Amino acid sequence: MNYAEFLIWVRGDAFHWSLAIFIFGVTLRLLEIILIGRKANLAEKRGSGVAGGIRTIFTRFMPNQAVLPRVMHTLVAGYVFHIGFFIVLLFFAPHVALFEAAFGFGWPALPNGVIDFATIMAILGLIAVLINRLRNPVQRMLTGFGDWVAWFVTLLPLVTGFMAFHHLVEPYPLMLALHILSVELLLIVFPFTKLMHTFTLFLARYYTGENAGHRGVEI
Amino acid sequence: MSSASFERGYHAFKEQIDSSVAAYFQSCVSCGMCAEACLFYTETNNPEYTPIYKLEPLRKVWEQEYTLWGWLKSSIGLSRKLNDDDLKQWQHYIYDSCTLCGRCSMVCPVGNDIVSMIRKAREGMVAAGHAPEGQIGASKRAVTIGSPMGVKLPALQAQVRHIEKDTGLTIPFDTEGADYMVLLSSMEIMNFPEYLEAIARIMKQAGKTWTLSSQAFEATNSGIQIGSTDIARELVSRVVNAAESLKVKTVISPECGHAYTAIRWEGPNLMGRSFDFKVKHIVEVLDELRAQGLLKTEGFEEQRLTFHDPCQLVRRGGVVQQPRNLMNMISEDFVEMPDAGMMNWCCGGGGGAAAIEEAEELRTQAFMCKKNQLDEVKADALVTACANCRIVMEEGLEAYDMDIPILGLTELLAEHLVEEN
Repeated sequence: MNYAEFLIWVRGDAFHWSLAIFIFGVTLRLLEIILIGRKANLAEKRGSGVAGGIRTIFTRFMPNQAVLPRVMHTLVAGYVFHIGFFIVLLFFAPHVALFEAAFGFGWPALPNGVIDFATIMAILGLIAVLINRLRNPVQRMLTGFGDWVAWFVTLLPLVTGFMAFHHLVEPYPLMLALHILSVELLLIVFPFTKLMHTFTLFLARYYTGENAGHRGVEI
Repeated sequence: MSSASFERGYHAFKEQIDSSVAAYFQSCVSCGMCAEACLFYTETNNPEYTPIYKLEPLRKVWEQEYTLWGWLKSSIGLSRKLNDDDLKQWQHYIYDSCTLCGRCSMVCPVGNDIVSMIRKAREGMVAAGHAPEGQIGASKRAVTIGSPMGVKLPALQAQVRHIEKDTGLTIPFDTEGADYMVLLSSMEIMNFPEYLEAIARIMKQAGKTWTLSSQAFEATNSGIQIGSTDIARELVSRVVNAAESLKVKTVISPECGHAYTAIRWEGPNLMGRSFDFKVKHIVEVLDELRAQGLLKTEGFEEQRLTFHDPCQLVRRGGVVQQPRNLMNMISEDFVEMPDAGMMNWCCGGGGGAAAIEEAEELRTQAFMCKKNQLDEVKADALVTACANCRIVMEEGLEAYDMDIPILGLTELLAEHLVEEN
């Protein structure tokens, strides 16, 4: 298999299989949660549960002021990574083209300079996340094998993408293939690690907010 | 509790897991922010007191029983199964170092209601026979005698006679159709009878009818604290039966945090039906009377006062503004502690923790957060609306040689009542 054939395989069969595992895995994990069900709350309500649930989905993007000074490192590192990551994922011109090909509609891309900056932001954010995780005794204790794997497979596409874009490794088709391969690894690992929080946090926030809203508690 | 076993405990954990628990465990990114909200972590720096870590047994059961991936992992021996020794070790985390205060649930960035899971995990711990002796004793007394402190009706009747003699007021028992049925905590009957006297005087001024029930006067619910649905349901049902047979309009939960959660929020779910009467905390009732102009006070406290929010009232009950309205009626110099209101620090002994003798040292250590709050405002007196907080804080203040009296909000208001003689 030469570089060109490798690239074709990575873009073809490998991509379709990893995407299938991702979609199947995420669906399975969401069903595992939703199908357990919940009991109805019979206590007389003081406020709207639905409104509380929806509100909490948004309010939890902001940190709680009371603990802010104590969690500043984690918070900043987390935000820098997430913002950088989503800018690159959603607004790099070739990524937009890929989404357009898949969904039939696209959106304006950001200039490459911005993408470059966002990539570095995301990588530095991830490194800061790792340093926190190694230094903070609570995080270190809570972190399991799957969490280290999740960190690593998130970093890979950022690094390989950066290397491909800047032609740091030649030939380019090989580097591009490695970048796509790293994304496929991420897709495969995703449903079986805490990366699932990308989707399930909305459920978690809704459930918590709904209970609080029912009680008339503003959280 | 006699036939407790690991298998029963495991089954109880399994039963407690619903969609919310599954979503919470799946979403946790091990960021550790919940630790920074927990007084047992902030005052000890012991990572084992991280709230989500206290839920390891429940998490294990979820992973192995409700996820294909977890089932596969344990089938091929990649993850260890939960065992009885784990639960034995976790008793310290789930009971001694958690007051169900719910600060952790306020800060979780993925939105996990962590404290709700501790409450659920306790069901498994009770069924497995790993609940603290102190709480088991309190629960047994609550079921057999009718009060966790062993207070019986004659003791209440004796207090009532004292109060009637001192004030010339009548304290009614078992009056049908009253506006309010007043519940008490044993703590109030034994240590703070001023509360009952205050109620009698306030109700008289407001022109409301009220009653105690000889069948159900105890509001605290040890079943909620230890984590036993059966006990909790039995205790709640006594109140519900009394209130419905007396056909009262509203049941008033006393100055107690967990009693309110037990009757107001968990009660209908324990009974499997809604109630014919309303349930309100005394502070809610007093604020309603204030708003209707039925609570008239005169004079102001000159000393500097601050208010300690009971956890169950704010974070789990949504009663935040009412006590402040009431404080402002009678205080000229009312100051707020840092983090007051929704994020107030726990007294350190809620959720039944105060009944755990072997955890007293840890409680005293955790009380540092309250000491810090108090040092900040330099109040002359501390007001609260929970008899349990009050007792725990009195012990804490004593341990740190702090000379700050603690007052109940209801009795403080009663001292300023405009009364016609």
